[in-house]
Amino acid sequence: MGERIGIEVSQAIAEAAMLSNVDVIAAYPITPQTHIVEHLAELVASGELDAEYIPVESEHSAMSACLGAVATGARTFTATAGQGLELMHEVLYVASSMRLPVIMSVANRALSGPLNVWGDQSDLMSVRDTGWIQIVAANGQEAVDNVICAFAIGEDRRVLLPVMVHVDGFYLTHVIEPVIMPDREEVDRFIPPYDYPLPLDTEKPVTMGAFAPPVLYPEAKKAQDVNLRGSMPVILEHWDRFGKAFGRQYGPLEHYRSEGAKTLLLTMGSIGDTASAAVDKMRDEGKDVGLVQLRLWRPFPFAEFRNAVRDADLLVVVDRAISFGGPGGPFCSEVRAALYDEEKRPKVTGFIAGLGGRDITVAGFEDMVARGIEIAETGTDQEYEIYGVRE
Amino acid sequence: MQNYSVYASRLIPKREPFAPGHRACIGCGEALAVRLACKALPQNVIIANATGCMEVVSSQFPMTAWRMPWIHTLFENTAAVASGVESALKVMARKGVRPDTGTKVVAMAGDGGTSDIGIQALSGALERGHDFLYICFDNEAYMNTGIQRSSATPFGASTTTSPAGKMSIGQKTWKKNVPAIAAAHDIPYVATASHSYPFDLMAKVAKGVAMPGPAYIHIHSVCPTGWRSAPDLSVRLGRLAVQTGVFPLYEIENGRYKLSMELPEMKPVQDYLKLQGRFRHLTEDTIREIQQRVVEEYEKIKEKAQ
Repeated sequence: MGERIGIEVSQAIAEAAMLSNVDVIAAYPITPQTHIVEHLAELVASGELDAEYIPVESEHSAMSACLGAVATGARTFTATAGQGLELMHEVLYVASSMRLPVIMSVANRALSGPLNVWGDQSDLMSVRDTGWIQIVAANGQEAVDNVICAFAIGEDRRVLLPVMVHVDGFYLTHVIEPVIMPDREEVDRFIPPYDYPLPLDTEKPVTMGAFAPPVLYPEAKKAQDVNLRGSMPVILEHWDRFGKAFGRQYGPLEHYRSEGAKTLLLTMGSIGDTASAAVDKMRDEGKDVGLVQLRLWRPFPFAEFRNAVRDADLLVVVDRAISFGGPGGPFCSEVRAALYDEEKRPKVTGFIAGLGGRDITVAGFEDMVARGIEIAETGTDQEYEIYGVRE
Repeated sequence: MQNYSVYASRLIPKREPFAPGHRACIGCGEALAVRLACKALPQNVIIANATGCMEVVSSQFPMTAWRMPWIHTLFENTAAVASGVESALKVMARKGVRPDTGTKVVAMAGDGGTSDIGIQALSGALERGHDFLYICFDNEAYMNTGIQRSSATPFGASTTTSPAGKMSIGQKTWKKNVPAIAAAHDIPYVATASHSYPFDLMAKVAKGVAMPGPAYIHIHSVCPTGWRSAPDLSVRLGRLAVQTGVFPLYEIENGRYKLSMELPEMKPVQDYLKLQGRFRHLTEDTIREIQQRVVEEYEKIKEKAQ
């Protein structure tokens, strides 16, 4: 059994990649991801991790080098954030469509301009449709465990998809948390060796990345979608295996005092911890409020989600990204879309908060819940509200 | 070279790793260059190919012209993909995951994918010292997208984005010197080649791929479609480019320049230009300007080669 230690979450993520026996790391520095790739470089330099570390000249090349490495049959890891993820953007689609299971942690960060290196989930939302499996960690332990799970899930022959593990920049990457680091042998037992079905191999030449004209492209895209949706049971299976092996069970959603609650806060990522403190306070004051955190962003867990909010009257959804001029924060839009066809559905109110590293406090969650209840009672002509901004 | 076919059967390997049946245009010099390059490569090679003419003509799913392991992902990242392949081979051999078969990595891209959009990835891969060969097949414009100018398009050439007109002579800039940029990375081997000198081309490819560390070969590839030249003149045009000094053949081995063939007498550039519609609009003054520049550039290389 692993030992509980105090460790910076970035370092812990790097060590999780090391425990997963990664072969190739291609990375480019960007705040707030740097501590992850710095620590990986240290681990390679000290000999603790036998891997090729490619200090590429951009994130575009980081992801491109990862594609080459995974396609050749090597277990591959990278990390990025914000602008770096944007620069990788087109390569991300290729990773998923070519079924190349690159594993990447993203230290979620705001997008320029104005330049802002602090945390929000604008980058996460911008890669929503890239076809990656996307897991959002709420704390350091989840980040470590899900980096390990990501290798098992992504490399599973029934899946063969790249996986992103999202970790809030600074809020998680730069804090020291108590984390149980698994033993190397335990992780070895948990993740089978990477065995890509048709790698680039001179013994058996394959053509990878052939182009598809209109007569074939839609079929290729449907196959990809079927594959991503179909990964859900395999993801759950690996989480269950992980739970049995390590004693920590994960699922697509996390519930906190949500049973029978009439009002539910919905969050993704590290703000869930603050939200749970707010729920405690409101519960103490006799308010009927609970919390549901989304962990699996793609594939979206529709059934589990609908079930989780079935008995609520009101959902207060907190987004940390804007869809400018759109129907609300991207998370809230999806929540609304997921519920639209339900016969009995709760009212949904959307708030955008915590952009560019602006803290969301316990009082902030209380305010948003109060305002959500007010909107539910009196109505509003706005699709969403941006919370806590000086006018 | 009159009896090329007689010699070729003995001197050029029969195997066709780049299989016939692809969809390149009639008279495509680039397809010829790729074919010759592939013949010169050892059998244990993995190819990373950029988006471009050669990718499009050779890999329409479910068909392929590649009898070697081949990967295409995007336009500008070929050198980075090759970096990943090379690193994977290295670490897997070291860790015993896959036996070390001495597999070589070759990146292939056009002039746009090399001199413009892919130059950052190329520079990064050369600087990091990966053991791979990068071949640029230079047909002097974005032919796949419809003959748009690149930084490798020669001065005066009319393309769809540098059209000749009352206010324009066509391409206003001189061809970017990518071999010199590659050489500035202090890599062990840089060379230029032409499909019209097949033995020279193949010898250079064989040398570049065998060389430990990064190697760069820039192959001048005639494009009848984009150059507005007769398809049956491609080989002759490739030779004229060399014989006029427009595209000198040389090697830079560990920093030392060596001319691959001396030109005791340079043919006038007009001999080369007049066979191509892309230069049809040039005035005598402009041709003189080009002639002067060609001589100057050739002299520079000659000087470096001494």
